[in-house]
Amino acid sequence: MKFALFTGCVAKGATRELMLSTTKAAEGLGFDFVEMKSASCCGAGVVSEKSPLLADALNARSFSIAEKQGLDIVTICSTCQGTLKKTEAHLNESKEYKEKVNDILEEGGHQYNGKTRIKHFANILATEEGMARLKSRIKRPLTGLKVAAFYGCYVLRPSERSDFDNPDNPTGMEDIFEALGATPIYYPSRTKCCGFPIVMMNKDASLGMSGNALQDAIEHGADVVATGCPLCHLSLDSYQPEIELLQKKNQSIPILHLPQLVALALGYTPTQLGMDTHIVSTLKINQILSGSHSAAH
Amino acid sequence: MATFRIKRFNPEKQPEPYFEEFQLDIPDGATLLDCMNQIKWTLDGSLSYRMSCRSAICGSCAVKSNGHALLACQRQAEHLVDNNDTITLEPLGNMKPVKDLVVDFTPFWDKVNKIKPYLEPKEEPPVKERRQSQEEFLVIDDASTCIMCGACYSDCNTLEVDDNFLGPAALAKAQRFVGDSRDSKTLQRVQDLSEPGGIWDCTHCAECVERCPKPARPFDRIKEIMTVALEEGVHNNNGARHALSFTNSVKRSGNLNENRIPVESMGIFNIPGLLSLIPVGLRMLLKGKVPPILHHSIEEVRDVKRIFKELDQ
Repeated sequence: MKFALFTGCVAKGATRELMLSTTKAAEGLGFDFVEMKSASCCGAGVVSEKSPLLADALNARSFSIAEKQGLDIVTICSTCQGTLKKTEAHLNESKEYKEKVNDILEEGGHQYNGKTRIKHFANILATEEGMARLKSRIKRPLTGLKVAAFYGCYVLRPSERSDFDNPDNPTGMEDIFEALGATPIYYPSRTKCCGFPIVMMNKDASLGMSGNALQDAIEHGADVVATGCPLCHLSLDSYQPEIELLQKKNQSIPILHLPQLVALALGYTPTQLGMDTHIVSTLKINQILSGSHSAAH
Repeated sequence: MATFRIKRFNPEKQPEPYFEEFQLDIPDGATLLDCMNQIKWTLDGSLSYRMSCRSAICGSCAVKSNGHALLACQRQAEHLVDNNDTITLEPLGNMKPVKDLVVDFTPFWDKVNKIKPYLEPKEEPPVKERRQSQEEFLVIDDASTCIMCGACYSDCNTLEVDDNFLGPAALAKAQRFVGDSRDSKTLQRVQDLSEPGGIWDCTHCAECVERCPKPARPFDRIKEIMTVALEEGVHNNNGARHALSFTNSVKRSGNLNENRIPVESMGIFNIPGLLSLIPVGLRMLLKGKVPPILHHSIEEVRDVKRIFKELDQ
């Protein structure tokens, strides 16, 4: 299975362990991910604050690049996924708008025809073929590990412009956890916002959101939170030492990128997946997994 | 037979809320509100909730069903039954319960009033009505469909942690005036709306769009105000600086320079803001999580620059 990989900016910047683990997960699953080196930033719903047309034109250009290669796009970031799907919806909702955008692209040799599908890494795993591949290639089942999904809100809502999953009761990530041998933890905050988009504008509110979500995951018995969004990862991991709610109770919880969790089960080591670069120590995960292994033997 | 698990609250009798279960056969085609009425009329007359039109026009009957706000009269009860044949009903969130499913809307209305929800016209009143073209009306059409039901306010992620936020309903209403061709106070409005608690405190989660029972889609309206605020030159706040820094980064290199954006968002003369970046910056630096110091452009960045130029951005 070959895909055009839309890496997003954060996987190449502040969370390079996401890029590293995506490469490993793809290798382990036998996916061919071709990096889109000439695609621009998705705009993250911020460029569209300045100019919605500009944001859509830039994303339509990226779609055209994948179209020329005859490939569907795979994203590894809920923010990229949600933002790209919004552009796709805008282009498909109005023929005139699509023509207007294509006029802008023309001089650069690009055209959007709507042939390329846009899927999140979780989407391609949650297919029949993805699941079959996953199950047949697991080398180290994540038995005994209680994993709480944090979806990343852009990918779920508004659901009228994102076909990722049921916006209120998604199961895609939990299905993947089960296939990996882990135990999914269902908790109300899993579909909420991590607060990252306003960390520069209203830090207290932003950390309040991430703190409430982490507290909720801990109270429901999670050992680890896994997310499909590197911005959520920044919010939940990099800012975790500043979250007052957890500080008061002397608690912490490791945060993994979804590809890290998958690649762990495929037999890669935590260091190969950049788990040692996280702000919150991930050693607990290894302890739980080795505990369950020694118990099983 | 379905179970209706309803959060009850009567502070005159018991300080803490509790859940009570009612069994009801859902009649064919019954809305959730029909079922609530059946429970009130046949099982427990003391059950309190707001309702009026039964046609998704008045906006009175918004409640939380299975954890999310909706209009009870607009939804088929059968569609809301979960795997345990149960529908869980709670009062709207982010507002104080008064009794059972009735909440106190006072802060909601205070915030709507705060955005000055009335026209401040450009000229003296004409003899007849103030006309708008079809095109001018379309700018405010979606916002004008809001029925003030409070479903968006209930589930707003920012409001859960910051009750200073104006919230999606008031901001959607604000767009209805910011975008009104007959209004004279656009600049003043977007200046006020750019203050803390305004547009830039919206966290983009689109929970409000998901809950809105009408085409008002508050988050989309908030983004429209942001665009007007940037066009009007209201740039002296972190939200506007962030949007401009972000867009300029894409213009220069096709992607984000994550080292520049936090500093530019705070503003280079904002010493407390810049100091607040140090703890997370240091933590990330020590773990080698800092983005590359030499920022690389995407391939074919010239075409991206050309698109910016073509759109005068």
